Amino acid sequence: MTDRTIDLKAAKPRNQWWDVWDQFRTHKGALMGMFVLGFILFCTLVGPHLWDIDPKLIDIRARAKGPSMAHPLGTDQLGRDMLARLFSGGRITIAVGMTAMVLSLVLGTFIGVVAGYFRRLDGILMRLTDLFLALPLLPLLLLMVMLFRESLVLSLGPENGVFILIVFAIGITSWMHTARIVRGDVLALKEREFVLASRSIGTPARRMILRHILPNVMSPIMVSATLGVANAVITESALSFLGLGFPPDFPTWGRLLSDGMVYINQNPERVIWPAIALSALVLSINYIGDGLRDALDPRIRGR
Amino acid sequence: MKMKSALLGAACAFAFAPAAFAERGSDGNVNVIYWQAPSILNPFLSGGTKDVEAASLMLESLARFDEKGNMQPWLATDIPTVANGGVAADLKSITWKLKPGILWSDGSPLTANDAVFTWQYCTDTSGGCAQLSKFDGVEKVEAVDDLTVKISFTNPHPYPYLPLVGAESPILQQAQFKDCLGAAASGCTEQNFNPIGTGPFKVVEFKTNDVLTLEANPNYRDPDKPHFATMTFKGGGDAEAAGRAVLETGEFDYAWNLQLSPEVLSGMQAAGKGETMVAFGTLVERIEMNLTDPSPELPEGERSTAKHPHPILSDMRVRKALSMAIDRTLLTEIGYGQAGRPTCNLVPAPEIYASPNTDCIAQDVEGAKALLDEAGWKVGSDGIREKDGKKLHLLYQTSTNAVRQDFQALIKQWWEDIGVSTELKNVSGSVFFGSDPGSPDTFPRFYADVEMYANNFPGTDPAAYLGAYTCDKAPRPETQWQGENINRFCDPEYDKLIDKLGETGDIAERAKIAIRLNEMLTKDTYTIVPLVDRGTVAAHSNTLGGVILNSWDTSIWNVADWYRVK
Amino acid sequence: MLTFTIRRLLFAIPTLLFISLVIFLILELAPGDPLADMPMTIPPDVKEKIRLSLGLGRPAYIRYGLWLYNLFVTEPSYWIDSAFHTHLADGAQRIISFQTRAPVFDTIAERIPQTLLVVGMGYLVGTLISLPIGIISAYKQYSWFDQFGTFVSMVGFSVPTFVTGVMLIVIFSVMIPSTSFFWLPSIYDTTLRVTDWNSFVLQFRQMIMPVFVLALYQAAQVSRYMRASMLDNLSMDYVRTARAKGLSERVLLLKHVLRNSLIPVITVIALGVPSIFTGAIITENVFKVNGLGQQLLLSIQGNDAPMVLTISFIFAILIVLFNLIADVLYGILDPRIRYD
Repeated sequence: MTDRTIDLKAAKPRNQWWDVWDQFRTHKGALMGMFVLGFILFCTLVGPHLWDIDPKLIDIRARAKGPSMAHPLGTDQLGRDMLARLFSGGRITIAVGMTAMVLSLVLGTFIGVVAGYFRRLDGILMRLTDLFLALPLLPLLLLMVMLFRESLVLSLGPENGVFILIVFAIGITSWMHTARIVRGDVLALKEREFVLASRSIGTPARRMILRHILPNVMSPIMVSATLGVANAVITESALSFLGLGFPPDFPTWGRLLSDGMVYINQNPERVIWPAIALSALVLSINYIGDGLRDALDPRIRGR
Repeated sequence: MKMKSALLGAACAFAFAPAAFAERGSDGNVNVIYWQAPSILNPFLSGGTKDVEAASLMLESLARFDEKGNMQPWLATDIPTVANGGVAADLKSITWKLKPGILWSDGSPLTANDAVFTWQYCTDTSGGCAQLSKFDGVEKVEAVDDLTVKISFTNPHPYPYLPLVGAESPILQQAQFKDCLGAAASGCTEQNFNPIGTGPFKVVEFKTNDVLTLEANPNYRDPDKPHFATMTFKGGGDAEAAGRAVLETGEFDYAWNLQLSPEVLSGMQAAGKGETMVAFGTLVERIEMNLTDPSPELPEGERSTAKHPHPILSDMRVRKALSMAIDRTLLTEIGYGQAGRPTCNLVPAPEIYASPNTDCIAQDVEGAKALLDEAGWKVGSDGIREKDGKKLHLLYQTSTNAVRQDFQALIKQWWEDIGVSTELKNVSGSVFFGSDPGSPDTFPRFYADVEMYANNFPGTDPAAYLGAYTCDKAPRPETQWQGENINRFCDPEYDKLIDKLGETGDIAERAKIAIRLNEMLTKDTYTIVPLVDRGTVAAHSNTLGGVILNSWDTSIWNVADWYRVK
Repeated sequence: MLTFTIRRLLFAIPTLLFISLVIFLILELAPGDPLADMPMTIPPDVKEKIRLSLGLGRPAYIRYGLWLYNLFVTEPSYWIDSAFHTHLADGAQRIISFQTRAPVFDTIAERIPQTLLVVGMGYLVGTLISLPIGIISAYKQYSWFDQFGTFVSMVGFSVPTFVTGVMLIVIFSVMIPSTSFFWLPSIYDTTLRVTDWNSFVLQFRQMIMPVFVLALYQAAQVSRYMRASMLDNLSMDYVRTARAKGLSERVLLLKHVLRNSLIPVITVIALGVPSIFTGAIITENVFKVNGLGQQLLLSIQGNDAPMVLTISFIFAILIVLFNLIADVLYGILDPRIRYD
């Protein structure tokens, strides 16, 4: 890392994030991913205003129809417009997927780094990880829903209350993989020469972790993030399916998928569109993650 | 739909086709799929429909019900009545005669002592017998001689056909179960997994919650039956996969309880490998109204109790308006297709007990609006009705199930059309139908304004079913939230009529009282708003003949008559 | 390393007891009723009697104690009895499932073979194909192979198994006529015994679809970690040094880079092995494999506490064990890692 004083002396003071951006721009996949993600976000945020059919409106005469001018993606078994449902479902799905992913990533990385770096905390934190890995998920979620649902729904309304509950539930039950992976890498890293060198000049632990350890475990974290989004979305759909998730008339992509499965022979488009949307979301995040990893790696940057 | 009824006709024709030259075991193997796999083969320890159905292949009772709901002598020679002297004139005892020469599958003879033993087995208090209510009021069961069973009741029983009748309370073999009384019942895995019976099949291997392999009972009373030598009874998966296995891939011959949407079923049938059948019983999908206040602001223990009448639903006009806004015909078409019929009755069958009430079938949105206006609920600025500053807002809960969620969405829209705002909630079935006193989400607890589910009664007599709505059966904290009167309905007139029903023996008179009771709950008060009379759907492949679907007994009640169409 | 292993094994005992207590408490506090599946036609007072007969009338700590006693005393004595024809157990009550009223270990033993066969095979195939895919993808970053692999694995991971499974069934069991060579059964036959070539072929055919679905999911996950970790190491200085020294690419890649990249991959693989035991709930359900995953799901839905507790406990043992194995492997892969 360059010293601040040297930076000031340079002819053109340049923030290192510009370098990151320059490198990121050269990554075609990442740009493509940005574009797709932007498109998905645009659809889910602006789409409902452009295509202003109420996703919950039941038009019983038009039920289970294939694509048409009035309903470009067809309708479901109650005559609800699939395009409108895909748009409004996306908003919840992306919000749940991203937030739960960030929560589990932060938790997992924190526990992983701390356990790997501080030997004294390793035992207790890893036994905690074992405990969480061993817990049967479904009864745990049932318990959480029973304990917190009513009070959350009362204080925050049905939509926000359930959102917080689900994000929290997915987040605290999916951080363990990240924690174990990060810890494994940190265990190896902290014996490397540059860490030893840095320690010998008296770098404090906090600085050591942020400056030297974290940047070097970025790539498994990025993979965890990508897989984490997909995982959160699928978990959410399983929860809705079991009656633990959002209220039943709330579309989410996972729910659209599981509802559409029964009709796979009659209306395959009911499965195909949400599946495409979901894959596009995960793929775009994956490529952005790839690009970010390359851009953040000083060894690749500037080569 | 035309083709479907034609196919149904064809199914019936198959049923009556003679299979005269067949002999036992000549038709090879038959594959049956139950998407809910049986866990145990002793109906006294489970009571779950899947387990009762599987056990009925081995275990049989004195009499069973045919597809029309008529009682048929099974192990007995005939049905005892007051007229033929089988039932005592004071209605306090019934005497059954066993058919002579019936053997258990191990070759030993069936005697009256086995029936006596079954009574002792189920009524042993520490055994946890699931069919205990079948033996309610039974004073003793005795073996008059080897082939005569006499059941005595403490009080006059106008309907004495509960003990040892129907698939739920079959006769167990004393020799096999004699060490399994009381607390030992659970430990008898070998017996519970391989009960020796008099039925057409016997167990070869049972993998719990997975698959049951059976072979023809060599000692079955009809030497020509069953036609199949072996049976594979597979479980697991879901209704859709079971339907696909019979109707589309043809891997299986018979699938049970295909609760699927009509489009899916007709799509599967189009593959031409099999056909579906429907039979109607007493299962009614209904909306129940909470007559007490479930508001979370009330202190725990007073919520949903008679202390606080419901602020909105106590008014009969509101309840009626909610019912009028619903289009039952459309609900049926979307949710159940040919497997449902719109109904206004809590007791839709048997015919003599069914009220001719059809007032609710036609949807009347304008009428519902007028009724709400009359009740003082005026449309507010946001389209939601209000009265004295209170919004007309309802919490509508049900168990998690695709069709129920569709119903919720539809009914929500209709109710919003008449200015009633509705919040939907669904609860996992294992919690909703449980009776954990610690859970706020169970259906008897009823912490919601309206809730929806389906219920029925076993056999053909609705007395016990209607008896659930007396004042003292309301769930409340003192009863650990147990009780069947979940609406907290309370009408002294109703209680009196129930008492009268308990003393009446004459069938015609009983029917009159039952119809009156049914109307008091439905069209007089709209406490219960019935929606759909649900049938059972099953599918069989084109090569399986002799299937007659039955909703009064197990769906595979005549499995001995099934044969391979060649 | 040996003292570390022994210390960890000893420490595992209180950990596992604590885990079992937490699981028990969760099951105890979570809403649910083992009798929820029973028809509503059974009156509440009868249900109460059944509940008492299941032992639910006793206080929770007694039930937990009894379960522990049965797990560590009664069950082992039954196993010893059946192995050596002794009479240690003397007819004592074993751990009985609420749902089946049969000893839970009998059910578990019945289901382990097909679970290990199908789920284990899916895991093995998935892991084996993911390693070369990850290595090649990293070595030839942004080649068409890498792009294609990324695409397939991301789609494979993001589309839930209940979709891929049913799609396969629709294609291979419904659309393809059952007389065709390519037709595959949609329902797994758990009664099939492999005795000759024909039954082996049947067994092989019925395993194709479930194994494929599981392997796709597994390969997607592992190959991503493998690729990312290889990429990290390929840009290291030691790689340049080794190349400069004239090491062949093959040796460099498979001996040096691979070994250094394996730590996160080992973690992921080790984390996944215990879940072979609990099965793959959705895939088992789609193909009716009826392994332990399906049993666990049924038991959870039916609030069958003894079964859930026992399966979860065995699962916990495996987790602790395989995480220990992973830790030991770290030390072997990178001798600089020290735990003592």
